[in-house]
Amino acid sequence: MAEPGLLVALPLAACLAAVFLGRRGALLVWVTGPLMLVLTWQLARAIPVVEPLGGWAPPLGIALRADGFAAAFLVMTALVAAVVGAYAATYFAADPRPRRAAAFWPLFYAVWTAVNLILLGRDLFNLYVGLELLTLAGVAMVALDGRAATLAAALRYLLFALFGSVTFLIGAALLYGRYATLDMELLAVALAPDTATVAAAALISVGLLAKAAIFPFHAWLPPAHAGAPAPASALLSALVVKASVLILFRLWFDVLPPLAGALLNALMGGLGAMAVLYGSVQAIRQDRLKPIVAYSTVAQLGYLLLAFPLAGAALGAQPWSAGAWTGAVFHALSHGLAKAAMFLAAGTIMLAAGTDRLDRLGGVAKAVPVASFAFVIAAVSLMGLPPSGGFLAKYLLLTYAFAAQQAGWAAVMVVGGLLAAVYLARPVNALMRAAPAEGARFARVPAVLQLAPLLLALAAMLLGILSFEPYRLIQVNNPAAAHEGLQ
Amino acid sequence: MNAWLPVLTLLTSLVPALVIFRIPEDRRTPRAVVNLAGAGAKLALVALMLAGVARGEVYETRLVLMPELYLLLRVDALCLLFLTLSAFLWLLTTVYAMGYFGHAPNQSRFFGFFSLCVAATTGVALSGTLITFFIFYEFLTLSTWPLVTHKGDEKSISAGRTYLAYTLGGSALLLVGMVWLEGLTGPIEFAVRDQLLEVEPATLTAIFALLVAGLGVKAALVPLHGWLPAAMVAPAPVSALLHAVAVVKAGAFGIIRVVYDVYGFDLVQALGVGLPLMAVASVTILYGSMRALFQIDLKKRLAYSTVSQVSYIVLGAALAGPAATVGGLVHLVHQGVMKITMFFCAGALAERMGITRVDQLDGAGRAMPLTMGAFSVAALGMIGVPPLAGFVSKWQLGLGALQAGETWVIFVLAGSSVLNAAYFLPLVYRAWFLPPAAEAEPGREAVAMLVWPAVVTAAAVLLMGLFAGFALSPLSWAELIVARVYGG
Repeated sequence: MAEPGLLVALPLAACLAAVFLGRRGALLVWVTGPLMLVLTWQLARAIPVVEPLGGWAPPLGIALRADGFAAAFLVMTALVAAVVGAYAATYFAADPRPRRAAAFWPLFYAVWTAVNLILLGRDLFNLYVGLELLTLAGVAMVALDGRAATLAAALRYLLFALFGSVTFLIGAALLYGRYATLDMELLAVALAPDTATVAAAALISVGLLAKAAIFPFHAWLPPAHAGAPAPASALLSALVVKASVLILFRLWFDVLPPLAGALLNALMGGLGAMAVLYGSVQAIRQDRLKPIVAYSTVAQLGYLLLAFPLAGAALGAQPWSAGAWTGAVFHALSHGLAKAAMFLAAGTIMLAAGTDRLDRLGGVAKAVPVASFAFVIAAVSLMGLPPSGGFLAKYLLLTYAFAAQQAGWAAVMVVGGLLAAVYLARPVNALMRAAPAEGARFARVPAVLQLAPLLLALAAMLLGILSFEPYRLIQVNNPAAAHEGLQ
Repeated sequence: MNAWLPVLTLLTSLVPALVIFRIPEDRRTPRAVVNLAGAGAKLALVALMLAGVARGEVYETRLVLMPELYLLLRVDALCLLFLTLSAFLWLLTTVYAMGYFGHAPNQSRFFGFFSLCVAATTGVALSGTLITFFIFYEFLTLSTWPLVTHKGDEKSISAGRTYLAYTLGGSALLLVGMVWLEGLTGPIEFAVRDQLLEVEPATLTAIFALLVAGLGVKAALVPLHGWLPAAMVAPAPVSALLHAVAVVKAGAFGIIRVVYDVYGFDLVQALGVGLPLMAVASVTILYGSMRALFQIDLKKRLAYSTVSQVSYIVLGAALAGPAATVGGLVHLVHQGVMKITMFFCAGALAERMGITRVDQLDGAGRAMPLTMGAFSVAALGMIGVPPLAGFVSKWQLGLGALQAGETWVIFVLAGSSVLNAAYFLPLVYRAWFLPPAAEAEPGREAVAMLVWPAVVTAAAVLLMGLFAGFALSPLSWAELIVARVYGG
């Protein structure tokens, strides 16, 4: 049953069905959620798996390939999407604007389809299709509310994303002109470090960085993610931006290691460090819940790029051979779970309090205790405190930084952790304040809206405790550059 | 069975915590039953393991995180010293807290986090690897914070902010120290010797400073102690927890682990890091006592006294000789029991007679003889009057200082004892020998649940001193630990 194609086809079919079902599309998630969880789980146990679509092997046809990296993110995506779907079904049920609810479901499945396609695809054009689908669905999700501010945010997102699409496409065209194939495995074999290839690599990378909102292309993210409805924000922050970073990882660690070197590592590490510091400082300056969580995404994505300078460091000094790369993967997985949990919790808190201004949140912990608790647990993982997947990720990245005597990157991570504690302590303090603000009245919310974020937050925590199986999973067929580094 | 004991011990606090969170606010009896069942089960398990470890058994459980990186729960003699203390005091503090809060709101949240805190402390005691220790140590930070801010008013939130700022700063230092060290050596297990041989001495010294500074925040070493006096706005049971059962103890215990098990006596001596640590501990002992002298607020005076007293433990570790080690270890227990007595009493005084300041204590002994009697025993113990528990600690430390050839430490101990007397004796004097202020209403003892825990701990202060030579006394157990460390 472990067929990668099914993991793309099923959400795609659900997407088409949702177009016709309208608001009743909400019901689909009770089937697709469990089904996708089972299918991804089976795939994770069967990897490595290769499926040439229609029986045609590359370069004639295209193939879907699942290795440990893909399988880990497929499972995480299925978990996040299933829980967000259950949350959204309740969240939109009471929505006074039926058109917004009806529009959400096709977009929801489009995102799911696109992410799975990106994780399984090994053909640059395939990935481009996935990215475009992801972008268009993402932009539409931001615009769901239809307020002037969110429309402006969606437009800005669209501009950045289209810029990214254009550079990605030009880069891919250059590669096709040079090598007559877009299959990543074939490209890796044929790769030569000439001008056309370097230019293509640079263009594609810039495009991906823009779509992933990596500093200095981050400006579109905070208003877009903060303005979307809570379930949409959760998908956007946990999955959509991350998909672009994952392609970046695939590209450099699987295909382009011969082009890499100290310059690339310093550049990527530098961008990552700037993202961590800038995003955190901006998060501290916000005084509403959702913008804080959105800026936190800008900061957290930065950690992933630190894997570029740190991978391959300290060969032999540690018992794990691909520690920094593994650390980054753990970071991406736990951030996906924790950030989705946090946006869902923020959505529940907003529903209860009617606002997300920090100075109006006093007493809210009493109105929605479980959601508040989920917010705190997710915050623990994002700060990189134990016990959580975030902590384990940081532990790996930090030990490698010290083993490689690159204490500068370690300093970025430690300072980033402290800044995260500062920007997350503010909302947590606001929730803990016992005295309600003047005239504050709290609405009752359904239990699902409190339990869904808790489930994801606990998953982020468990990733740091039951980490042995995830660790083994992501080592399956991992790229050589993850061990040796991009030197 | 042996592999399950450490896990079960952890669960005796963790499961009650999770259950209590779900108990509705007004169901006081089920909450009390769950709480006391957990505390009782923990004491039983501890007794079982004490017998086993005395026979030479070791209990271990491990959970593999990644190849060669594992969480290890390991019961050895040192672990049990801390575990017994926290299990015993947890039971008493739970009883006390039930009496203290009566029908106050948010009790399920309070007792939930309280049990979570004890679970974290248990984990700290049980940790067999550096990363396990760090995980529980941080878990302790996080689970204590809701207790410090329990009242939810601006003052508590602000104290909580101070607490987090200090402790998270400390954990950042500890984290850097840990990952730096493990980046060079791979994961560190406490029971494995000679893991640091290949690391350069200068690096080891820097890492030692980072680790001790990180742990020193919770152990309230000067100048990292600021959070402790600020946190006294928390309710009395929380103060008891911070000062005696969990938080400062976890810091001191961590320093002992670093000195004995990560570095080892020989390496500490070879690197010459013992003397600076001794100096910091001595300064803390004297500075804390000095500040205590000038506090009018009763709980603040007790808080500064803790700053001073906990560094006796650190001093014992830094002196790194057999007798001094025994002194430091035994003081871990003695200080906990003495200080919790005083906080129990301070809470009872505040609840019953509204006494929060030193000058309100006049005549309190007549109104509340049991409470003030317990308080006086603990105060005399702190000063080091024989035959109370504090005397045993100071005697051992003094002996250790002579053994290590650091005669000046004797003067630190003597000076501190004089200061202890100077800030505690006036309290005892006021309570028993001065007449109550004219406008004070005649009080009487608080409810039994606030009084008897203090009486029990005060009795323990007396017994631990009188029967120090008895086979199951903290002193004998500390001697057993040291004998095993020295391989004799």
